[in-house]
Amino acid sequence: MNDTTFLGMPAFPSAAKSALDNAQLRRNLAHATDTIRGKRAHAVGELDDWEELREAGRAIKERTLRHLDRYLIQVEERVTAAGGHVHWARDAEEARRIVIDLVQATGEREVVKVKSMATQEIGLNEALADAGISAYETDLAELIVQLGQDHPSHILVPAIHRNRAEIRDIFVRAMGDYGTAAPAGLSDDPHALAEAARRHLREKFLRAKVAVSGANFLVAETGTAVVVESEGNGRMCLTLPDTLISVVGIEKVVPTWRDLEVFLQLLPRSSTGERMNPYTSTWTGTAADDGPSTFHLVLLDAGRTDTLADPIGRQALNCIRCSACLNVCPVYERAGGHAYGSVYPGPIGAILTPQLRGTTSAVDRSLPYASTLCGACYEVCPVKINIPEVLVHLRARVVDDSRRRRIPTPEKLAMSAARWVLSHPSRLAAVQRAGSAAGRLAGRRGRISRLPGPLSAWTETRDAPAPPTETFRAWWRRNR
Amino acid sequence: MRIALFITCFNDTLFPATGRATVRLLERLGCEVEFPQEQTCCGQMHFNTGYQRECEPLVRRFTEVFADYDAVVTPSGSCAAMVREYHGRVAELSGDARLSAAAQSAPKVYELSEFLVDVLGVTDVGAYFPHRVTYHPTCHSLRMLGVGERPLALLRAVRGIDLVELPAADQCCGFGGTFAMKNADTSVAMCADKVAHVLQSGAEVLCAGDNSCLMHIGGVLSRLRTGVRTLHLAEILASTEEQPPADAPPPPSGSRCTTPAAEVKSR
Amino acid sequence: MNARDDVLARVRRALADVPDDERPQDVPVDRRYSAGGTPPAGPPDLVQLLAERLTDYGASVRPVTSDEVAAAVAQAVSARGAHSVVVPRGFPPQWQAALAAERVLTDEPRLPVEQLDRIGGVVTTVATAIAATGTLVLDCGPGQGRRALTLVPDYHLCVVRAEQIVASVPEALARLAPVRPLTFISGPSATSDIELDRVEGVHGPRTLQVLVISDPPNPLGTPLES
Repeated sequence: MNDTTFLGMPAFPSAAKSALDNAQLRRNLAHATDTIRGKRAHAVGELDDWEELREAGRAIKERTLRHLDRYLIQVEERVTAAGGHVHWARDAEEARRIVIDLVQATGEREVVKVKSMATQEIGLNEALADAGISAYETDLAELIVQLGQDHPSHILVPAIHRNRAEIRDIFVRAMGDYGTAAPAGLSDDPHALAEAARRHLREKFLRAKVAVSGANFLVAETGTAVVVESEGNGRMCLTLPDTLISVVGIEKVVPTWRDLEVFLQLLPRSSTGERMNPYTSTWTGTAADDGPSTFHLVLLDAGRTDTLADPIGRQALNCIRCSACLNVCPVYERAGGHAYGSVYPGPIGAILTPQLRGTTSAVDRSLPYASTLCGACYEVCPVKINIPEVLVHLRARVVDDSRRRRIPTPEKLAMSAARWVLSHPSRLAAVQRAGSAAGRLAGRRGRISRLPGPLSAWTETRDAPAPPTETFRAWWRRNR
Repeated sequence: MRIALFITCFNDTLFPATGRATVRLLERLGCEVEFPQEQTCCGQMHFNTGYQRECEPLVRRFTEVFADYDAVVTPSGSCAAMVREYHGRVAELSGDARLSAAAQSAPKVYELSEFLVDVLGVTDVGAYFPHRVTYHPTCHSLRMLGVGERPLALLRAVRGIDLVELPAADQCCGFGGTFAMKNADTSVAMCADKVAHVLQSGAEVLCAGDNSCLMHIGGVLSRLRTGVRTLHLAEILASTEEQPPADAPPPPSGSRCTTPAAEVKSR
Repeated sequence: MNARDDVLARVRRALADVPDDERPQDVPVDRRYSAGGTPPAGPPDLVQLLAERLTDYGASVRPVTSDEVAAAVAQAVSARGAHSVVVPRGFPPQWQAALAAERVLTDEPRLPVEQLDRIGGVVTTVATAIAATGTLVLDCGPGQGRRALTLVPDYHLCVVRAEQIVASVPEALARLAPVRPLTFISGPSATSDIELDRVEGVHGPRTLQVLVISDPPNPLGTPLES
């Protein structure tokens, strides 16, 4: 994963700290995630077969991943037979090159874009700009991010960190630079903001010759691509231009058309908390007299096969990008999306990013630890990704990597010491006696307000209990 | 039926009163509880922090120590969850087939409320605790073990108790083991919200089934001088007229405790 | 090695733990979820449920009898104040009988997109409708036209026959042919991008009106079941 926009990000704890210090950001996030949590719970509660749907979603994804090679070949066959062209990209660089070449072959200098995680992940917009091609984001939240020269902070709503007043200011300031300016006296009423986006983008839709999209699902059996959206910008991009280029991760495949009956129920209810999103488009290659006459499908690896190679970590590829896990995550709610240093924030990002990119950078090594393992994410995941399980699994990978260092980390030393102590009850008892003695010296009415060394991270804001005068095992021995 | 108490290293060292209360409670209910003194730790801290290799000898010891019992009861949701969810995995990773087999046939480890409700079949344990209490369902009890309503059913049956609802109870307190140190800022931000909800509830005592979470929330409650105490579920359930917990608030002067939380600190 | 072969080889290497003789159907998929039949909640009548759920998401729904369709179509278009509407090929002539001929445009020859942008609206049929989710599905069949027709104009009037309504998503997918481009429409265009709150009306038609043709059961024409 070559994630150009986030290079050089600090590790999670320090990035989170700056978000925590931003009261406005915290209010925006708390308000938005609280709203969507309630809507999701209501939409999910309406179905009495929700658990069966989740299990089916998980199982279909497992079946797909375990036989991915077969399904990818089937996608290629069916899309080609339906008049589409299929390209394969080993990595982000290759995918960017393919798209740039395809756009240049049309002679066009601008493209309209449907919101797509895959194209964000590969840094496509920046690469297109370098090649002299303007890419216009058409999803409202993506537009806000693009006009604000900002980073996305949420999978579904990349501008979730912005409130209506900030969005109004961005529109007023920047829309004119990209095309139709914001109307005079624009208010921060969401209806007015949506109207401004409609006016700004309409001229771009009407003249666009090339569109770039992703896809939520690719049906192997039929070669059908699916885009799930709300605003109609997706339909505009998928319908009006002559050429459509879709960049799709290889894990987006589902085996059969019927399988969509599961995902088209799971996704909208988990994502926006709606029974169904306003618009879903499906297309199979090209159609005579309707929509683009040329369709290119770019199948993207970019770390997905590395993820697939780990039997525990591979379940991260089940993800259908609903973002329910972000919305319920207490860490995400407070730290915000930018702290995760990736287009994939939140719990799913914490297990996906270190697998797609590896654990070589400080931020990627810190991501598996950006969780209390509270399990709220697993509970809501519509495809039952056991995120806490994968987090712990990836923590072991980070630790095992660090074992190769000649000088052990302080944490490693502490953990080894703890193992030594806990491996035998007499050693534990000895340490407990020492602790009780120290506690009697340090405690203020049973409470310690300052601990030394790394433990000061605790007592900076929290009192610690003073060790009791007698441990349980000493009491037991004395009384039994 | 041979029942073993797994006290957990954390309770043993820092919260022995919880262990004593668990023993008193179970004996009052007619159980004969054994405390195998060779026990140490379930390995949760090592496992959850990524030190799975260091975790293995702890799992091995645990499996050996408790092998001969019919059931194990522990006053910790997260340690029970560690044993039930992950000991098999650690054993498997060790490559030792005998350990895997032993972990598989190990007796079931019950969190205290599960043991009381499911094994002993009681909800009224004969406790008396005349104070305003709110209950925080810790994440591992709630989501990994799925203890559900059991602790609340037990608390509701306590005589004299004024059980009040904790707003946003299912939200994590931000402890998360080493998370509390590695991500101290986020951890404390989460805890601040939890503390606000505890204060909002008006309770004088915050109760939970895990002392680790209680230590975290209690650490902030204490630092802020809120006067709200923390007590493990076992200590409330063990409490009687004759033997209230040492750390309970002073007994109410009237027939029913109505002291607002903010005034409790003036003891 | 070319990229295709390379990616496929990587996939196969990554799946070393999958036995060679395992077939996709060996990975069980339990389909015990509801396949449809009875709607999950709300009123039992599919027409009523569809109407309720479409209304929930900002569409307006009017039940009509077969005899009332033509008048209802004309009335809706007039009330909208649409100077002209596009009516795709295959739309039943009797349903547009009351529309003034000078107001009706066909898409033959194809209307340029700029003209669609200025037109007063579009009147179509549907392929199927899903009651539980309040969804209309268009498959470019008779009376529906190409996808741009129901996208660029700001007003969409859609006529649904009661027998086209199914209860659930699984039932709808079973009726649809994926070889045709499909559009699932659940209410007018909307966004949740501002503070995760739903706001209706962005790029697609901001007004969606639905006529559901539902004739009262004819006591003489319906054979009694014994």
